[in-house]
Amino acid sequence: MADRVFIGRRRLIGATVAAGILALAACSSSKGGGGSTSSGSKTSPSVTLSEMDYYGTEPTKSALGTMLDSCASQVGVTIKRQVVQDLRTRLLQLVGAHSLPDLVLVDNPDLDQIAATGALVDLSAKGLSTDGFYPNVIAASTYQGKVYGLASGVNDLALYYHKKQFTAAGLQPPKTWSELKADAAKLSSGTKHFGLGMALPATEEGSFQFEALFFSGGADLKTLNSPQAVSALQLVSDMLKAGSMPKDVLTWNQANVEEQFANGTLAMMVNGPWQLPLLKKAGTDFGVVTMPVPDSGGTSSSPLGGEVWAAAQGSKSDKAVDVIKCMTAAGNAVTWSKMVNYVPANQSAAAELPASVPEMKTFVDEIAGAKGRTVDLGPDYPKYSEALWTAVQAALSGRSSPQAALDAAQKQAVS
Amino acid sequence: MSRAIASLPAQGWVGKDARRRRVRRPARAAAVPLAFLLPVLVFAVLFFVYPLAKNVQVSLQDYNLSSLYTGAAPYVGLRNYTHLWHDPVFRTAVGNTIEFTLLSIFFQLTIGLGLAVFFVRNFPLNALLRSLLLVPWLLPLVVSGTVFRWMLDTNNGIVNRILLDLHLVGTPVPWLTGYHTAMAGVLICNIWIGIPFNMVILYGGLQTIPAELYEASALDGAGGLRQFWSITLPMLRPVLTVVSTLGLIYTLKVFDVIWVLTKGGPANATQNLTTYGYQLSFGGLSRFGAGAAVGNVLIVVSLVLSLIYLRSRRSEGEGR
Repeated sequence: MADRVFIGRRRLIGATVAAGILALAACSSSKGGGGSTSSGSKTSPSVTLSEMDYYGTEPTKSALGTMLDSCASQVGVTIKRQVVQDLRTRLLQLVGAHSLPDLVLVDNPDLDQIAATGALVDLSAKGLSTDGFYPNVIAASTYQGKVYGLASGVNDLALYYHKKQFTAAGLQPPKTWSELKADAAKLSSGTKHFGLGMALPATEEGSFQFEALFFSGGADLKTLNSPQAVSALQLVSDMLKAGSMPKDVLTWNQANVEEQFANGTLAMMVNGPWQLPLLKKAGTDFGVVTMPVPDSGGTSSSPLGGEVWAAAQGSKSDKAVDVIKCMTAAGNAVTWSKMVNYVPANQSAAAELPASVPEMKTFVDEIAGAKGRTVDLGPDYPKYSEALWTAVQAALSGRSSPQAALDAAQKQAVS
Repeated sequence: MSRAIASLPAQGWVGKDARRRRVRRPARAAAVPLAFLLPVLVFAVLFFVYPLAKNVQVSLQDYNLSSLYTGAAPYVGLRNYTHLWHDPVFRTAVGNTIEFTLLSIFFQLTIGLGLAVFFVRNFPLNALLRSLLLVPWLLPLVVSGTVFRWMLDTNNGIVNRILLDLHLVGTPVPWLTGYHTAMAGVLICNIWIGIPFNMVILYGGLQTIPAELYEASALDGAGGLRQFWSITLPMLRPVLTVVSTLGLIYTLKVFDVIWVLTKGGPANATQNLTTYGYQLSFGGLSRFGAGAAVGNVLIVVSLVLSLIYLRSRRSEGEGR
């Protein structure tokens, strides 16, 4: 009988060990993905930098790997890359464990929050020059006067439209909100065709998309219930009520909107330049114009999108900064931007882009007026953003009027 | 019940074994049960007690982003909890959780019971159909959720297409996009997912009801409905208690279904305690203290329900 006891115990231990190994394997396999390494310069003993990003789909996944490899060999380091889908949460965990990767490519509105923890390196103090970059791009990566991130390329939102549907209806792409409303109404019919689509889910994506109208209307994030903000939400709410925009926008993400535009359900959509290759592949005959502005006038604007490079505090941060310098240099910025359909963060590089990629022209034109989401609010942005998307959803799901929804949002944001 | 029978010889074996060993080596006999317990204890402390204690600790702190890096988070007493109490979104989430849980359980139980009673009869393809009905339980929740998201799509969804074609509704129902209808949308999906579990357990319970009871009552002239109310339901009561309590505990903490379908929207119409806790901690706000507090509220509620469950199991055991 005693034997039996010990067999049982051994089994238990075995099971525990096996479970542990499985857990470890699960961890390491989730980390893996885009393993790309390169040998450093031949002479010096190679320094290995760890890197994380969320570019997990082809072709950008390998494109980024190739660029990192070439910069790594220029700087003389080896880069160990990890692709992490839920990057923000992962980085916060790693901040807690004091083991951030040396290099991260992080979504720009998340940068301030990570910088606020004190885990990132001030790039300006490391001698990284920001000359030639768009000032608004630098502002979006600045926290308390220090530059914590630098972008290769950035993006913004604009208005896509179906050329054929517009010519058939004898319409010109809209420049003002009342034109947008009228055109959208004309191009809608029943539950099969809608004038306009955008993504307004209960996430940051919803705030990002709504902000294209919000900023173009002259509103600012510090006052969510300003008259300009209310009129932007009123516009969207009116179009939804009139049947010019499907109710499903409340659950769609930007990829869903692109699908609905590509299959002809939507005559217009608000979306970013990264959708261009998909639309071209689908053979869609489309045009892109800057975001319409209120009838009283204004400047087309958009929230600034895209990822920025940041380096973690630590002994290898100098090398990491060198890699960032290489990745954001004008030449690489153009290569990268062409690959992912972004606008180079470097002004002169951006100015040259439309010559070789004409469909990027609208996005380049609009980028100087794009607003960084964290510029006014810093690490508090997520609080305001959540209040904003909740207000948009409240107005569009028939819960409250745009004014009441935004009043509640402002109250929630400052509480 | 087969469970009771199976446990008898096992008890006998342990008892005999312990007695024999006690005669020979008393010290070792004391160590052996401990050795048995040790892995479980280590496991429980490492993976349950520590995280729970940590969660309670964090809920009493102003634990935010910079706390993550510096490790410094000032203790604020019960402030996270009092904030929640005054937080309108939390109140909405509590109301939604109650509504979601009660309605899910009610429909899962009644439909599950109906199917169980149906499958007790003998008919061709019975076993095949019964296993097919298990599919919802086997599918990953994210898959079911995504499929339902498209089926319940207001303009392209098949559900609205059918309703419109049958002229049951005049305009598409905004299943996931209307403030007052979104709860119904997520409920439909969750009920569908939960039916097989209820059906299987209740079906098992029905098998244990002696056929003689039905024969005797039939001789006394009882019809089908009368048999259901006077025999099936009372005999099934212990199983029903178990199923509904387990269902309560499962449904209280549903996250995946809601997250995939609506992300708690529109405008918090389907926000429950789990999605709100997640939102507070990881949804961009990084209010880890408040998120932990929501988690603890949920744990306390589940704990109370688990105790009720354990009690009902014990009284069920005594009843035999």
